[in-house]
Order: sequence, then C-alpha cells, then structure tokens
Amino acid sequence: MMASRTQIAMIAGSLFLLGVGIALYKAFSLGFPLLPGEYREVWTIESKISFSPRKDQAVQVNLKLPSEQAGWVLLDEHFASSGFGFTIVDHDDGRDARWTRQSLERPTTLYYKLQAYRPTNQALDDMPPPPIEKPILENDQSAAMERLIALLHEQSADTESFVALLVTEFNREDQDRDAQFLLGTFEESPLVVMQAVLAHADIPVHEIRGIRLQDGRRRQTLSSLLEFYDNERWIVIDPENASVGMPPNFFVWHRGSEPVLAVAGGSNSRLEFALVSNSLPAKTVIGMEQRAHEYALLDFSIYALPVEQQGVFKILMLIPVAALVVVVMRILVGLKTSGTFMPVLIALAFLQTQLLTGLALFLILVGVGLWIRSWLSHMNLLLVSRISAVIIVVIFMMATTAILSYKFGLDRALTVTFFPTIILAWTIERMSILWEEEGFHEVFLQGGGSLVVAIIAYLLMTNRVVEHLTFNFPELTLSLLAIILLLGKYTGYRLSELYRFRDLGKNE
Amino acid sequence: MIGFISPRKLAELGILGMNRRNVGFIGKYNPRSKYRLVDDKLLTKKTALENNIPVPQLYKVIERQHEIAGATRDLVEHEAFVIKPVQGSGGKGILVIIGREGDSFRKSSGSLISAADVRRHLSNILAGLHSLGGRNDRAMVEAMIQFDPCLQEYSYEGVPDIRVIVFKGVPVMAMVRCATHASDGKANLHQGAVGVGIDIATGRSVRAVQHGTLVTTHPDTGANFRELQIPYWEQILDLAGRCVEMTGLGYLGVDIVLDRTYGPMLLELNARPGLAIQVANMAGLRHRLAVAEKIAAETDDHDRKIALARQSFGVYT
Repeated sequence: MMASRTQIAMIAGSLFLLGVGIALYKAFSLGFPLLPGEYREVWTIESKISFSPRKDQAVQVNLKLPSEQAGWVLLDEHFASSGFGFTIVDHDDGRDARWTRQSLERPTTLYYKLQAYRPTNQALDDMPPPPIEKPILENDQSAAMERLIALLHEQSADTESFVALLVTEFNREDQDRDAQFLLGTFEESPLVVMQAVLAHADIPVHEIRGIRLQDGRRRQTLSSLLEFYDNERWIVIDPENASVGMPPNFFVWHRGSEPVLAVAGGSNSRLEFALVSNSLPAKTVIGMEQRAHEYALLDFSIYALPVEQQGVFKILMLIPVAALVVVVMRILVGLKTSGTFMPVLIALAFLQTQLLTGLALFLILVGVGLWIRSWLSHMNLLLVSRISAVIIVVIFMMATTAILSYKFGLDRALTVTFFPTIILAWTIERMSILWEEEGFHEVFLQGGGSLVVAIIAYLLMTNRVVEHLTFNFPELTLSLLAIILLLGKYTGYRLSELYRFRDLGKNE
Repeated sequence: MIGFISPRKLAELGILGMNRRNVGFIGKYNPRSKYRLVDDKLLTKKTALENNIPVPQLYKVIERQHEIAGATRDLVEHEAFVIKPVQGSGGKGILVIIGREGDSFRKSSGSLISAADVRRHLSNILAGLHSLGGRNDRAMVEAMIQFDPCLQEYSYEGVPDIRVIVFKGVPVMAMVRCATHASDGKANLHQGAVGVGIDIATGRSVRAVQHGTLVTTHPDTGANFRELQIPYWEQILDLAGRCVEMTGLGYLGVDIVLDRTYGPMLLELNARPGLAIQVANMAGLRHRLAVAEKIAAETDDHDRKIALARQSFGVYT
C-alpha cells in the first residue's frame, strides 16, 4: 500500500511540476501571457486555393492579397508554394501573390495563411468615385431597367433609401416583373444585376469582397458587400439583407469588383477559408512568430499545426478539464451520474448549443424519448432493435425540433444536431429501465447528477481563463493528470456520505 | 450543518466510505482475475457445488434468443421459479414467479404477468440489458427458495436474505434485508427495505433500521424485530467463511437464504459489497476490519477465525 502510494505521489508530483514548470517558463521567458487580460481577438485565416490543371499548359495562379482596411491590421503572412515559382507583385491598388509553374499533373492546393486583428473599428478610407461604366443592354432590358428605376425613385427619398429598396426588391420572393425579367435575360446573379441597375441610374458602385468570420469554420467562401457613392461619401450595404454599414466580423479582403482569384491553365478553381480566432495579445503573436525558429518548444506547440487542426485541438484540450470535473464530482462529492463520461459528452454538446438552449433541448429530447420508449416497450422488441428504434426516433425528434424552431425563427435550436445521437438513445434506454426497476427517484437522481456535472464542466470549459490556459499552455494538462492520479488514491469520505450516514451518530 | 454529519465523527464511528472501500479493500484484496467467479452466477453455482456448498437447484440455462419459446413451455412443469441474468449486478433483472393462474404467471408482488412478458424479460436479459457493461448475457432459471417459516413474517412480498461481510475469512458484519411494501418487495435499503443488523456472535438481531431511523416492528407484517433470531447461525458463518476460501477474494459479501428443508444456501456472492450494512448495524466497519486483519494474521484455521470473530464482534455479552 505504502509503496504504491509513494509511487503515485512521486509520479504525480513530477508530472505536476513538469506541467507547471514548462508553463511558467513559457510565461516568463517567452512572454506568453498567463491571463487573457490584454485579450485581443486574433483571427487566423487560412486560404486554400484548389484547382485542376489543364494538360500541357503552363499554370499561373493570381491571388489578390488583402490590404489593411477598415481598421484591420495584418500581423503575419505565410505562403505555401512547393514546386511553384512564387512572387508578390505590387500594384497601385494592392498586392498580388503569383504562383507559376511550367506544367502540372494533378489537382493541386496552394495555401496562404494570414493572421489579422482589428484594434479599431474604422470606416473604409474615402476614395474618389470611379467613372461610371454603363452596362450594355438590349432595348427591352434597358426599358425594364428604366421602369424599375422609375418605380424605386418614386418610393425613395434619397440615394441611400433607393439602394436599400433595390436590394430589398431583389431579395423578395415575389420580385417585380422587371426585376425578374432582368434576372432571366441579362445576368443570373442578383449582385451583378443590382450593380448594373445602379450604374444605369448613375450611382457609382462596386463590390467589397471579404470573409464573414466565424470561429471554427472550415470551408468558408468569399462574401460580397455592395458599396455605393452617395455624392459625398461611400456607403456599405449588405446585398443579402439590405442592412447598411459594415457588418461586424467582416474581414475586408478586396475593395472592387475585380475577381480575387485568377487561374490560367487550370479549371475548377476554388478559394476556401478555414477560420480560427484566438484570444491572444497581438504583441505576443508577432513575437511568437519571430521567435518560432529560435525555440524548439514553440515549434512543437499547437501553433505549429494547420489552422483546421488548431480548431479541433482547441476543443480537445478542454476535455481533460471536463474529465477532472467528473472525477471530482464522483470521488469527492459522490454525485451519481448515468454513465461515467456521458456528462462530458453533454458538456461538449452544450459548447455548440449554448447552455440554456442545450439544457432545454436535452430535457425535451430525453423526455419525449422516454415517453416514446415506454410505448415501444409494449411491442416486445429485442433490445438491439429497440435501441436502434430509439436512435431513429431521436433523429426524427432532432429534425422536428430543427424544422419547428426554424419556422418560428429560433435559429439556436438548429444546433440540436450537436447532441451525440447514440449516447442519447442509450441514455433514454437506461433511464427507462431505471425508471421501471428503481422508480422515478433514481432517474431524477442520476439524470440530475449527470446534468449538474455537465453544467459545471460546461461553465469551466467556456471560462475565458480556462480556455486561454488550455490552449496556450497545453502542458498544464500534465498537471491535471497529476491531480487526477492523486484523487485516484483518495480514501476519505465523500460529501454524499456525510449525508447518507447522517443518522449514525444520533442513535448511539 | 443541517442533515450532515462531520467527517471527524464518521471517522470516530469507524464508518467505511466508498473511496476507502474501493482503494483500500476491493482494489487491494480482490484480484480482478477472480471476479469472474462471483460475477458469473452459473460459475459460482458450479464451484459452490464442487465445494459442497448448498445452492438453490438450477432448472435451466437459456443462452440464445431462439431457445426462449421452448424454455417458457418447459417451465410449465415448475410451479414457482426465479429467472436471473447470469451476469446481473445489484439484483437487477431478477424475476420471481411464485405460482400461476391459468396461462399467466404470478409475481412475488402478487400481480399477474403473461407468458409473453416472461419471454420479453428473458429476451432483455440475453441482450444484456441488466448486465455489467451491457454485454450479451445468459439467463438462468432456478428453484424458488421455500423460506424458513421463522423468517417468513419478516419480509413482505420479497426475499429475506442474509448478507455477511467476510474479510480474509473472518466474518465481520451481518444483516438481514427485509422487503417492505414501500420497497416494492425489493431488498434495497435506500428504497425503504428494513435492514436488520445481526450479532456475529449469536445471530440475534441487534437493531432494525428503515430509512435511517430505528424501527422495532415490520411496517407491514408487524413482526417484532427484537425477537428475530437467525437459526443455523453457526452453519451460516461456516458457509460464509468457506465461500472466501472458494473464491480467493479477500473482501467479500456473501448472500445467504434459509430454505425450509435444506437450511442455509448460498444465493450469490458480491465482490463489491455495499456500505448499507453499516446503517443496518448502526456501526462502522473500519474498526472491525482492523481487528479481522489481526485475527487473520494470527491464525489460518477456518474454525478458529470464526470463533475469534464471534468473541470479538459479539454485541450481547
């Protein structure tokens, strides 16, 4: 006993010290911030250019690079161009990255990664309005356009309301007949038609290309905003919902209607983005990139991974924290949970759904599931097919919740899909057996216990300090491991036992 | 602190907590390789018979789903029987049939169920619903115990069984679990069954506890617990001790039933016996376990261990 105790104590001690030691070294020698106090949201944007080359043709890929606009600051850029000739070409209005190669056999992917943050929320710079290029139209198209312009002019007070009405018109389900005609004969894309109409109405207009930033998105594509000149200033409008002004979390890539990506000698070209946001001080990120070559430790940190995997690890590194919560709640508090690690899975689902929505959805799913399962039990099915039936019922319930909530405009409930279906089905099955054998009390105890553990785990996992520490100091997981090992040797009473045996002292 | 007892007081009383039980006793004295013998009730039965330990008669083992239909037909020849999952845990999935009424079966609670219900129960057992880790399982059908009449009146609709905790071959604590109407015929203390602490020396009742408070009479039958004296007590202790030798598990819970004609019989073994026995006895296990450790160090003799245990743990002197 003593031997195994000291052994565990030594292993746990060295793990703990190792974890804390590396973390402190990183904090004090390499300047990693221990607290997310000077927090800035740094976005890492990884652009992926994929295309299929044409046979026996030289390939030239031209990508317009973003410049610092609307308050965005670029911290760092990386290009991956193995086997390609690579140059950056400077223009008056920005820079292009150019990859070239004599010939290419198979579909290829090129990468361009940048980190950016937005210290101030500025408007776009002013620029003189460009000369208007009127669209070349057939007679009937021109007539339709004029009728549309006349109609909108009648309903609007100034240029801004004119453009807003135009955008609304094109987003409506039952469009004006002239708008329909233009979409049918002139151009399919409403964006192009809108620009043509505005040019025809002598309003200078161009597109703003950029990315709608969403943490963890993997295959985001470029979005467009419209910008028009209203005699004295430029105004941004969202062509999808007619809201005026720059949307929040919009990274401006390029201001102008020219294509961002041009591939000569290739086809099926695509430009996609993977996005991750980190809570880091901007200074640290710059410093870190500069020193990455000096310290092997940083080269092997999570930052060395591609952005997509960084996003995965961000969540993965939180799981040990949830595991610790389970260990503490079971060993020290003595809470009963249904299934040891089910609470962790629920907590992970909560991360996606947000707490209150998640809780409501979970209770609805399990409640309805229990009701349906009690009906299924009358049909005398084999266990495996009964659970499979419950799985399918759960999926149906998810679909119904999603559809109903979408119809009622509750977008949050769409996240219902993040619940682990099979775990839910098993939980329902276990709970209903528990109900039959031990009564509702036990169901309440175990279900409630699981939810309490899940909620505590969720609250810890969403805590900014915890998130910051696990991602930037993954070595602290070793210290967590040490604590869990030590708790495995804890032989004291559980909190629940102080209640369970409460009457033992009285009767003596 | 309302409703809580201080950990110091608990330690003074020598109450064994779940963590210490797991790390200090089960983890230390019960080697995993020996678990199969207790978790597999068929294996327990077979080994017990080889060691001349009496067990309820086995009628039938059902291993596959397609055997179920035939099995329920064959059961017609038995008036009363018990269906159990071979690897069930914590008394889950046990169905007691005490008789029949036409085509239906009468459960111990008195309610009737159809043959289809029995088949579904068997099917659930085979699919592993009641078993550890949800593994596929087998179902066993055994004879129903004809309870010794002296215990009959202490249990309502259920199985009164005697639990003895044996540590290193030394019996340290015992109780009888009496089902009540509140516990729905089940012997679970936290569901309202009465736990009756039993004196190791004499087999007499020490105290009876329901829902954590002392009671003197059975809430449903009105039987007085003070007058409870377990018959065949020496045989029971001997049987419990022999189970330890048979399994090689240091810390063991032995569940024993008293049959009218055959006397004490081994019902099942438990490698992770619960802590409720301390509530039934209103006493802690830790001090007794320490004494048992000394006794075991002193002698290897089976009878001597039991004799010393009866000397040390007797409440009535």
